[in-house]
Amino acid sequence: MPEFPVLSAIVAVPFLGAVAVLCVPARRAEVVRSLGYLTTVTTLGLAGWMLWDFRAGTGTFQMVEAHPLVRSLGVSWIVGVDGFSVFLVAVTALLFPLGLLASEGITERVKAYTFWFLLLEGTILGVFCSLDLLVFFVFWELMLVPMWFLIAGWGSAARRYAAMKFFLYTAAGSAFLLAAILTLGFLHRADVGVLTFDVRALAAWDGPAPSTARWLFAAFMVAFAIKVPIWPLHTWLPDTHTEAPTAGSVILAGVIIKMGAYGILRFCFELFPQASVDAAPIVLTLAVIGILYGSVVAAMQRDAKRVIAYSSVAHMGFVVLGLFSLTVIGVGGATFTMLSHPLTTGSLFLVIGMLYERRHSRRIEDFGGVGKVAPRLTAALLVATFAGIGLPGLSGFVGEFLSLLGAFLTQRWWAVAATFGVVGAAVYMLWMVRRIVSGVPGEAVAAFRDLSGREIATVVPLLALSLFLGVHPRPVLDRIGPSAARTVARIDDRTGHRSPHLDRVPVEVGTARHDRAATPATGGGPVEGGR
Amino acid sequence: MRAVPPIDWLAVAPVAVLGFVVVAVVMLRSLVRRAGWVTDAATLLALAGIAAATAACVLQWREVRDRGAYQAVAGAVAVDGFSVFVSIVVLGAAAATLLLSRRYVSVHRLPYAVEYLVLVCCSVIGMLVMAGANDLLVVFVALEVLSIPLYLLTAFDRRRRGSLEGGMKYFVLGSFASAVFLYGVALAYGATGSTALPAVAGFLARTTLVDAGTLLAGVMLMLVGLGFKVAAVPFHTWAPDAYQGAPTPVTAFMASATKAAALAALARVLLTAFDAHRADWRPAIWGLAVATLVFANLAALAQRDVKRMLAYSSVAHGGFILIGIEAASSRGRAAALFYVAVYAVMAVGTFGVLAVLARRGERFDLTAFAGLGRRRPVLAGVLTLLLLAQAGVPSTSGFVAKLGVFAAAAQARSYALLVIGVLAAVVGVVYYLRVILTMYTGSVTDDTEPADGAAGEGGAPSEPRPRVDAATGFVLAATVAATLWFGLAPGGLLDLAERAKLLF
Repeated sequence: MPEFPVLSAIVAVPFLGAVAVLCVPARRAEVVRSLGYLTTVTTLGLAGWMLWDFRAGTGTFQMVEAHPLVRSLGVSWIVGVDGFSVFLVAVTALLFPLGLLASEGITERVKAYTFWFLLLEGTILGVFCSLDLLVFFVFWELMLVPMWFLIAGWGSAARRYAAMKFFLYTAAGSAFLLAAILTLGFLHRADVGVLTFDVRALAAWDGPAPSTARWLFAAFMVAFAIKVPIWPLHTWLPDTHTEAPTAGSVILAGVIIKMGAYGILRFCFELFPQASVDAAPIVLTLAVIGILYGSVVAAMQRDAKRVIAYSSVAHMGFVVLGLFSLTVIGVGGATFTMLSHPLTTGSLFLVIGMLYERRHSRRIEDFGGVGKVAPRLTAALLVATFAGIGLPGLSGFVGEFLSLLGAFLTQRWWAVAATFGVVGAAVYMLWMVRRIVSGVPGEAVAAFRDLSGREIATVVPLLALSLFLGVHPRPVLDRIGPSAARTVARIDDRTGHRSPHLDRVPVEVGTARHDRAATPATGGGPVEGGR
Repeated sequence: MRAVPPIDWLAVAPVAVLGFVVVAVVMLRSLVRRAGWVTDAATLLALAGIAAATAACVLQWREVRDRGAYQAVAGAVAVDGFSVFVSIVVLGAAAATLLLSRRYVSVHRLPYAVEYLVLVCCSVIGMLVMAGANDLLVVFVALEVLSIPLYLLTAFDRRRRGSLEGGMKYFVLGSFASAVFLYGVALAYGATGSTALPAVAGFLARTTLVDAGTLLAGVMLMLVGLGFKVAAVPFHTWAPDAYQGAPTPVTAFMASATKAAALAALARVLLTAFDAHRADWRPAIWGLAVATLVFANLAALAQRDVKRMLAYSSVAHGGFILIGIEAASSRGRAAALFYVAVYAVMAVGTFGVLAVLARRGERFDLTAFAGLGRRRPVLAGVLTLLLLAQAGVPSTSGFVAKLGVFAAAAQARSYALLVIGVLAAVVGVVYYLRVILTMYTGSVTDDTEPADGAAGEGGAPSEPRPRVDAATGFVLAATVAATLWFGLAPGGLLDLAERAKLLF
């Protein structure tokens, strides 16, 4: 009996939910809302099933499904998850119901809002699950549309400008991505004779000539760097994050910018190992600049949302630093950060959104004295802040520490410079929190009510999970580790690069030509095996 | 005396049926002068004719599938997958145009509603001949047959200056382009000794011309003539004026059917007759494509009038189709055909929405679209989907079409064109999204009195809310369905486009 296609279901359910929402009359806002919850919670349940089924200790793709889609273009529906994507799928599925919960305050055009929101979930999950480059691209590009409508329709004052800037920046990057994907596919066809965009088949191929590979790598990298964002391509992010509605900011900062880092990990490293190694010094430099620049600029902001937005630039700098350290620890740490950052930044945006709903201002100076009036709100803000800073015991610390450690092994001075960013984070975050929390409450602030039950239900799961992962990261690291080891071993195998301590990590090299692993891993089988 | 060539009736059936319809409608009109039912009867007759012609095309397709492509009428016409595919696109666009016109003609009180029908059918006859033209002279004749009714149709709304102006420009420049094309045919005939495409191709395959100057000059002049009909930059200058000035259903017809027929002729002439000289014409098409993509997209960006913007965008779509022709491969041909079909659907739908919204003066200032999302949610939704499809957003047919031509460019290793194409697509996104943005988030102050205030013509403030009649609704629903269907499950149409091979 064929197994239940969990991943296809995870991608399909939000789309089906969106269509269902479309069929409900706009007057029945409560039906629309319930449908939204039903869809997102079902997706979350399926994601839980996927996590439960996911086997630790192997770095290959699991739960793979493959069906040809358009033969003349070589497009197939191939989904699968490995240690990198499985948690991104899970955290996406977690953020969406919470995002809906945080959107209860939206009363205008609820039907359209829910429709776009569910569509957004489907496209993001599609990005993380697809193993076919063209299908990946379709989801990648399609994601822009619901996000654009959410920002343009329910954002704040400068939303039209922000929406347009967001769309254009990302679409310009994607243009190069599409050109590179097609070129790669047809070069593969000219060499091997089969037109396919299956990333596993393309990775198993020797690849195009080195000079061509560098161009293609650059094209992929531009698209992903804009999304991450890597300095100096970050300028869309503060505008977009600031103008988006609260749930939009949560999703943007939580998962959409992870798509860029995920793309680097999944496609740049797999398809162009040599070019990745060659480009590492440049990208690392940009990452460190981003970390320091993000910290400094964040400290200068007067708008609370912009502080968090710039902090995201800095945090994503750590992710890129870890990735391009090209060490198992660094890549693992970066992936862990990609999981933890949605929790911390997501909760920060949620809390800022709650402050905004009470005061209708995001200017830090309009607050002050919140601590005296709303103790529970303050507690949530403080925990979220500490998680964001990377206080040991919360999830932010684990990922950042591992990224820095990995970078220190191979790229010592970059790591040293980046460490200042950790200090910077403490400066701008604590400064902002102090200005919001302490002081004498003004007239407007004095009227604040504390967190309602709904608001607690929105933010507490994220903070609890952040605490759990900070104390006990083991289950996650066990699942990320083998994939990180496989990717790094593959890069070492294809290039002259040698990453330290690879032999100490249990490795299972799926596609590498000779197995450098010292310790045989549990389970295994070829890449295609799946489950 | 030469005997009359044997006539394969199936090959000429679509043209013959429509010719019969034209004669019948004209007769009817001249016999029954006053009765009001003539227009309805004529419309039904024309639609029935188009349906019969489509059925004949389907029979042709089966014939070609079973027995291979063949020539008819002394080699003047080719019946192959390519011609049938293009014919069906043209016929579909024509049917949609007639359905859209019904409401438009009565609302805007255009005179000579029956003559309007006749002109559309005449133009379709030219296009059908053009789709299968297997001789340079037949191409020329078809070009004239399709163009002359279009000049008239463009200027059909005589009371409006824009319409007259557009028609006049189209006529003057169009006749000039036809003459240039004919001159090119003459030079090519001088160089190769024949005007029949197979004979030209055979001659060029056998012979290496020592001095190809005459031939190349002929090919380039033909490119000018056809480039004019395709509206490729720099031969596009008539298009914005004619598209904007023409009654909106006619614009839909020009953007869909005319473009399809002209591109079919261009592709057939280049890919069959002058295939041996592809190294010579590919750079020319490359230049046309790049100029079209760059200029048309930038020009569209600068427009304030939505109809004019869509005219420039139509020119830009021609540039994307040229990418497929430039590849000079079977993948490129199939991609261009797929694009032509898909764009025809999108153009009919988009201009169909405009036809509903059209008020007196045919002005479509961007501000008039503000708040449309609230006033007419369904209409705005249709327009949104079609504009997103034109922008090439995934899950719509427009994306698959662009993907196809880009894939052809990648396979042909035209990387520069590929990159220019994808960037042009991004620029295109801006002006489509701007319209959508205005519809949904336009400032509320513009909401109360849109078009009239902006147009400054002081149209009656109590002008009734434009209603969508059944025929228009059917067309819009069909275009939306097709746009989504070909976007989500493009396999069938892609397969058809691939099988629509040229005669040789």
